Amino acid sequence: MAFFGFAHGVHPPEEKELTSGLPIRRMPFPDELVLPLRQHAGKPATLCVKVGDKVERGDPIGLADGFMSVPIHASAAGTVTAIDWWPHPDGTMAQAVHIAVDKYAPQVPRPRLVPRWEGLTVDEVVKAVQSAGVVGLGGAAFPTHVKLAPPKDFTVHTLIVNGAECEPYLTSDHRTMVEYPERVHFGCRIMMHTLGVKKAVIGVEKNKPDAIAALERTKPKDLDITIMPLTVKYPQGAEKMLIQSVTGVEVPSGKLPVSVGVVVQNVGSLAAVAEVFDTGLPLIERIVTVTGHGLRRPANLIVPVGTKLKDLLTYCDGITADAAEVIIGGPMMGLSQANLEAPVIKGTTGVVVLASHETRGETVYPCIHCGRCLDACPVFLNPSWLGDLARVKRYDDMAEFHLADCMLCGSCSYVCPSNIPLSQLFQASKVMLRRAQQAGAA
Amino acid sequence: MIFQAILILGGTGLVFAIFIAVANKKFKVWEDPRIDVVAAMLPQANCGACGLPGCRAFAERAVEGTMEPAGCPVSNTDQIHSIAAFLGIEAGNAAKRVARLLCAGSTDVAKQRAEYRGLSTCAAATPVAGGGKGCAWGCLGLGDCAVSCDFDALHMSATGLPVVDVEKCTSCGDCVDACPKGLFVIQPLDHNLLVQCKNLVTGDSVLEACQVACTACGKCVLDAAEGLISVASGVAVIEYDLIADAEERAIERCPTGAIVWLQGAQFARLPALSSAEAA
Repeated sequence: MAFFGFAHGVHPPEEKELTSGLPIRRMPFPDELVLPLRQHAGKPATLCVKVGDKVERGDPIGLADGFMSVPIHASAAGTVTAIDWWPHPDGTMAQAVHIAVDKYAPQVPRPRLVPRWEGLTVDEVVKAVQSAGVVGLGGAAFPTHVKLAPPKDFTVHTLIVNGAECEPYLTSDHRTMVEYPERVHFGCRIMMHTLGVKKAVIGVEKNKPDAIAALERTKPKDLDITIMPLTVKYPQGAEKMLIQSVTGVEVPSGKLPVSVGVVVQNVGSLAAVAEVFDTGLPLIERIVTVTGHGLRRPANLIVPVGTKLKDLLTYCDGITADAAEVIIGGPMMGLSQANLEAPVIKGTTGVVVLASHETRGETVYPCIHCGRCLDACPVFLNPSWLGDLARVKRYDDMAEFHLADCMLCGSCSYVCPSNIPLSQLFQASKVMLRRAQQAGAA
Repeated sequence: MIFQAILILGGTGLVFAIFIAVANKKFKVWEDPRIDVVAAMLPQANCGACGLPGCRAFAERAVEGTMEPAGCPVSNTDQIHSIAAFLGIEAGNAAKRVARLLCAGSTDVAKQRAEYRGLSTCAAATPVAGGGKGCAWGCLGLGDCAVSCDFDALHMSATGLPVVDVEKCTSCGDCVDACPKGLFVIQPLDHNLLVQCKNLVTGDSVLEACQVACTACGKCVLDAAEGLISVASGVAVIEYDLIADAEERAIERCPTGAIVWLQGAQFARLPALSSAEAA
């Protein structure tokens, strides 16, 4: 298959060697778990427990509110001690369920029925994936079952599996592919069956030769699965860039990937779906890369959803005196954390602790119109001009210059020699534009 | 030859001149000459605070008699009376309305949980972990509202809260739109009772983030007239339809001072930013 690639993009230091060779280990249960009811894109789950309830591992504590929502499950056996406002990794406060973990519980889930995917109709598979609370584990936490049921007026011909993991530092997908390649293939089989597609492509960046080898070795003979090595370039793992690299087709502005006949799923999500049809367990834990030069012992960990960052970092022997910033996600697109009480949620791909020498200079110089941001932008916007518009608050004009196509990948901020926080300007502009549009609609 | 050119050009000019002259007579729209005069007497800020699209629209409505001159919140009393005298109508008495901030968490009473480094605007700080403030609902103090104010009525105090100059405030609502945390409301100046807090956390744990937050203890509910104050989802809410029943007694037992009795400006106690610091 020909390799098409995408133009532009940047090459930040990968820093993956900190954790790429470390096997995935299981983190012990913390004393308390905090499970926000909003862990996914779409409507938050509706609460279905009350203070004092005993829950077993895997019991639902929040139910899906409509199709664009997934339930939340208890990730350990224990008692619900409180339901209150708690810091959320996105910086707001959110309604969260506190579970005091029972120290002497065997943590064995209740007896359950494991669905057999071969005998299920498409709708039943979609329902099973939804009730297991599976969301995209690549970071955006878009409910997986919604992507499994594309609108009827589109035909899907290819399933693209995102194993690019282009964010620096993160290795959770890498280790998943190296250690659980069968699970990835099994998840791929279920998805192909559900979507009714004959062809799947797993895109993996070339800096993970062991992952490519593991996937090739375990590839099922009866399925048309191609493992495609991709150029190492940021943002190779962005949905639209990946589609362009794999198929050579550009997704039109403002359209969904399904409009060009593909569905993209993260390898982690595939493994999670495989887990549902393998063990019958919902999504209650995920693989998190805890890393960074500000952390004493970087690791790839299976972490129960709802573990506080504080407990997670303590388990990794804590942060060094030099640590400056804690980020959930990767350093390019992740969210800075202001409160280590915030929990790991379903969309948390990694926790990166940057040392002070890794954070950027604070002095912002004027734009020298060098044009490097234009060469970096993977969606061919003009970040320099958009930045000028953002500073004078001309948000409507920014929308005309395709602000909506910006995915906040941060490539422009990364290359800017004047330290202009372009990507942050765009994020703020998007928020203000949405507020203005909502006010206009109301 | 030259006469031909003069004739053609002159003739064309004449035809168009006649056409324009006829059109001017035929399509003339009569406009009340008083509109221009009244418009000139208005502040010409075109702020929209009266609810109409600009000062000229206000002048048209005033001449029509569907808008009282006092409806312009920017003009002072003298200007309003001169407009009323010119039109020979009553000035009316629209209540003065001002912007109120629903947060009292100045830097001396509210904890910072982290140091925010980045673009120094509230709009940019909000998506970054909600800003550095301990309270996720509170004022970030980076002054987007002060920048948005066209009337020089909003100034940041030395302790990081915007202070509204009630004399200059025209209740145009620009600060309401500018605040990413939605902390500004426009209220009549004579509404004395205000809950200066939007923190939804119930109980004393909220005091870790801010000493002047509403703990939703409900003491004000008991001390106020029936139905005036209620506690809803963790914060005291005032029913402004019943504001006439408000008494200062309601705030006396508030343990934190989240509910206040206002006479004029908010935050009279806050030190103003000195001119050197402001520059």
